[in-house]
This record gives sequence, C-alpha cells and structure tokens, in this order.
Amino acid sequence: MPVLELRNLSKHFGAIEALVGVDLALEAGEILGLMGDNGAGKSTLVRIIAGNFRPTGGEMLIDGEAVHFHKPAQARDAGIEVVYQDLALCDNLTASANIFLGREQRRGFGPFQWLDERAMHARARALFAELKSETRPADLVKSMSGGQRQAVAIARTRLAQAKIVLMDEPTAAISVRQVAEVLDLVRRLRDQGMAVLLISHRMPDVFAVANRIAVLRRGHKVADKPAAATSPEEVTGLITGAIRAA
Amino acid sequence: MTAEQTSDKAIPLTDAGTAVPLGGQKAWVKLLSAQSFWVSVAVTITCVGMWIAYPRAFGTEENFFNITRNFSFIAIMALGETLVIITGGIDLSVGSIMGVAGVVLGLSMSHGVSFWPSAAAAILAGAAMGLVNGGLVSYLRLSAFVVTLGTLSIGRSLALAISNNKMFYEFGPDQALLLNLGGGATFGVANSVWILLVLAVLLGSALKFTAWGRHIYAIGGNESAARLTGVAVDRVRLSVYMLSGVLSAIAAILMVGWLGSVTNALGLTYELRVIASSVIGGVNLMGGEGGAYGTIIGSVLIEVIRNTLNMAGVDPYWQGTFVGLFIIFAVLLEKVRGLRLR
Repeated sequence: MPVLELRNLSKHFGAIEALVGVDLALEAGEILGLMGDNGAGKSTLVRIIAGNFRPTGGEMLIDGEAVHFHKPAQARDAGIEVVYQDLALCDNLTASANIFLGREQRRGFGPFQWLDERAMHARARALFAELKSETRPADLVKSMSGGQRQAVAIARTRLAQAKIVLMDEPTAAISVRQVAEVLDLVRRLRDQGMAVLLISHRMPDVFAVANRIAVLRRGHKVADKPAAATSPEEVTGLITGAIRAA
Repeated sequence: MTAEQTSDKAIPLTDAGTAVPLGGQKAWVKLLSAQSFWVSVAVTITCVGMWIAYPRAFGTEENFFNITRNFSFIAIMALGETLVIITGGIDLSVGSIMGVAGVVLGLSMSHGVSFWPSAAAAILAGAAMGLVNGGLVSYLRLSAFVVTLGTLSIGRSLALAISNNKMFYEFGPDQALLLNLGGGATFGVANSVWILLVLAVLLGSALKFTAWGRHIYAIGGNESAARLTGVAVDRVRLSVYMLSGVLSAIAAILMVGWLGSVTNALGLTYELRVIASSVIGGVNLMGGEGGAYGTIIGSVLIEVIRNTLNMAGVDPYWQGTFVGLFIIFAVLLEKVRGLRLR
C-alpha cells in the first residue's frame, strides 16, 4: 500500500486550473522526482500535500486513509515534513537549536523548565551521524556551507520521524560541489524507509537519485515511469510539450 | 569564526560522523567577536584612565555609588528593550510608560494607599501599556515602530491627565519605605543596583536556558521559520512587550523613590538612552542578537562617559554628542564584525 496516494486531485484558482485530475502514489523507501516547467503545478501540488492549500476536488490518502488538512500543523502531525527551498532556518541559532526549534527537550519541575542542551546536542549529533554529515550541533547556522544547512533542515525531518518528506528544489541554491552531498542526504532518507518527493528543475539531480519520475505540464500529469525506463531527452520533451505523454 | 568554518568546501562524507567533537567556536574567538567584550574593555580603560587622572574625585566610593545608581534605572528599562529588539521589534514607549507608572504610584501613595498595592498598580499600568503595544504588533501585525510611537504620545498625555499636571512629593504612610527602596543602599550598594542585578540574572538565564528565550532569538532570526516549526510567535512577542512595560514600571518606582517626587515628565526622552544602551551593548536592531550582560555594560558605558565629561569639566551641552558618537561607533563595530563573519 502506498504511504501517500493522490486520486484525481484538482485545484482551481478562479478560472485558472492549476491541477487537473492528478493521480500520484508514493511508496515507502522511494524517491519520486517531480518535474515540470514553471507554472506546471508542482508548487501547488506540494502545498496541497503540506496542508497549505485545500484541493478543489479529489482525494488524498495516507496509509490508505483519506485525510483532509486545514492547516500545515495537521499535515505535520500526519507524518509529512517539508524541506523548504529557503530551508526555514534561523541563521543566528546553532544547528541543534534549529533542529529542535518548537520541540525543545526540557528538564525541570513544574513551571521551572530549562533547555536540556546536552540531550539535544547528543541527539543532533546522532542524527548527523546517521546522515553521515559532519555538521556539528553547536555551530551557528550562519557560518555553515549550503550543504551543511541542508543537513540541518533534513535532520529536522528525521527528528520528526516523518513518513513523507517533500523537498522543494533542494539543490537550486547551492554550489555545484555541494549538490553531491545533498543528493547523498536524500538517499539516506530513502534508505531509512522514508518516502521522498523531490521537486527539482535540475535534470541530472533527479536522474541521480529518483527511482521514479513524474512530469506535470499545465496541471496535468503527462508521465509517471521508472527512472530507468526514461531518459533526460524524453523528460525534457514531456516538460516542454514536444512529447505529449509517455 | 575561523576561516575553516566559513569556507564552503564540500564536507567529506565519512563514516566517522560519531567521532566529530562537540564543535562550536573556540572560546576566545567567541569572546573577541562579542561586542559586549569590547564595550567592557572601553569601560575598563575609561575607568582606569579617570582613576589616574582624578584619583580624589573619580575613584571614590561615593562616585562609584553615584555611577552605579544612575545607570541602574536605565539598565532595568534596557533589559526589556533588549528582549523586544531581539525579536526584531522596538519599543519607543518605555519613557512614557515610566511616566504613567510613576504618576500612578505617586497618585496612589499620596492618597494614603500603602506602598505594595500602589507599586502593584504602577506595574499593572506598565503591563497594560505593554499589552496594547504587544497586542497590536503581534495580532494585528502593525509596525512596532509606529505602534510604540503612538503609545509614546498616548502615555505622556495620560501621565499629564492622571496627574493633572501636579507634582507628588508626599507619599503617605509608606513614604520612608519608598524613599529607602529607590534612594537607599544595602551593603554599600544602591538598592536599585541590587534589583537590577537580580532582574538581569533572571532575564539573562531565561534568554539562555529556556525555550521561551530560544524562541525570542528564533523570531528575530527568521520569523517565518519560527512560525513553520510551530513556535507560538504571537504569544512570545506579546510577552516581551508586556515585560518591557513591567520593567519600565519597576524602574519608575525606584526612580520616584530616589528623586523623592514625581511629575508627569518622569522618563521624558529616556527611550533614546534606553535604546542606545541596548545597541551599544551589542543588540542588533535587525533582531536575533544581544543579551542581558551587553545591555548592562552598554548603559554603564553611557553613564561612565557622562561622569567622565563632568569631571573633565566639559560643558554638559556636549554630552549628547559624545553619547551619539558612541552609538554610531557601536553600529560601525557591528558592521566590521559582520564583515569578518562572511
């Protein structure tokens, strides 16, 4: 059974049809690359899954059960974590503080609760080790490389024990050298049994990690096939419309 | 920051993840990049210089007592201001809140009400004005600058209206208690300084060691990230504006006790000195940076400069120029530190 399933999902903004009858399934331990040109509906799809938008029509199922999210917190509670393009990190805080932001570990009694910095650092260190990243829990995010910042954002999804991770253009704003590092992080999430939806413009990145590739064009899903059964040329054709469907 | 940390070389992906040390910057690097450290150095150098130049006037116990008491009122207000500025906001109404709280205290005590209920009323007045500031900024998303500019004006006018432009100098049965609290000393240190120290330790610890403190920094660092991760941004923000109001009221009570009288002009233009203390002490006006210690050392520096100029016989008209220069110098220093980080 897929972890996440979309059935005949549509979204209209007035007369504009952002998504039309999209079916999509995502299995645990799978990386699905979602591709499409600007305005093809990728962001709308992600926002519906993350609980920012409500679909106009269709169904969304998690572990086979229909869900209706009214706000992002509900999606998070259902096991969906989003790694935003800007990563949503506080530059002035440490890696560990960012990972635990909003769910700090505390100790104390009654109203006197203080931060359990030691426990949070230890857990953060373990998460980074799991991701095989050398990011250090006590370092400030502002002094980090793009790859390390990604590691912090991804470690946050691990802490949440998410089932589904949505990644919005994770390799768009970092240097070429760090792309490999980020792609490794994405593979590690998959290896730990998460379902990853990778939204990206960068063809080589998607082909490097995705098991399956889906293409959106003008709100329609025009392809959904194993990465091994397609090629960058075919996907480019599907994105631009030179190939109608595959 | 060391050069190694700022370089964006790819991090080798090894299996040695668990062997990575706790990390963090080396202690001395951290120290040298902290503005509060440099301000402390400036304070020390000025004091030592003054001690040598005017051993009979500057180095006396009496002068030490004066300096510490004089900055304590501003520093107590600046603690609250610092919290507000760390969240990326500003509170221009602290001086007016001080005026309202002082007048409430004076009015109440002059009518024979004892000290504690009167002090509670003054603090409540401060909290109420903070509630208005925080409520409008947090829930209606109005600009902090404009909202507190408005309450600056409203507060000053309220102080006038409540006091009916009268001066209060008779404080009823608890007059001695009030005058001693604000003007007296314990173990040779002014009472207001002891209260400042207690408040500073409490707030400094809360900032560093509690989730509430962490969230204050997070809001100033990246508000939308804080919101996305589930931080109660609006509630935390409301709490810092209220706290700023409460601290201004506490400073007002102490100041009335010291002056022995109160008029509606209490705290007039203090917002400038309060914000200057925070900024000189390393609080970043863009939010996300600053602390209790820096704020206090910032207000110490301003007072030491004033004291120094007085003793050196400089016309007091020039004091504002010197304080202003230090504010600009502090912002420049921040810029330089920022460049080194990059």
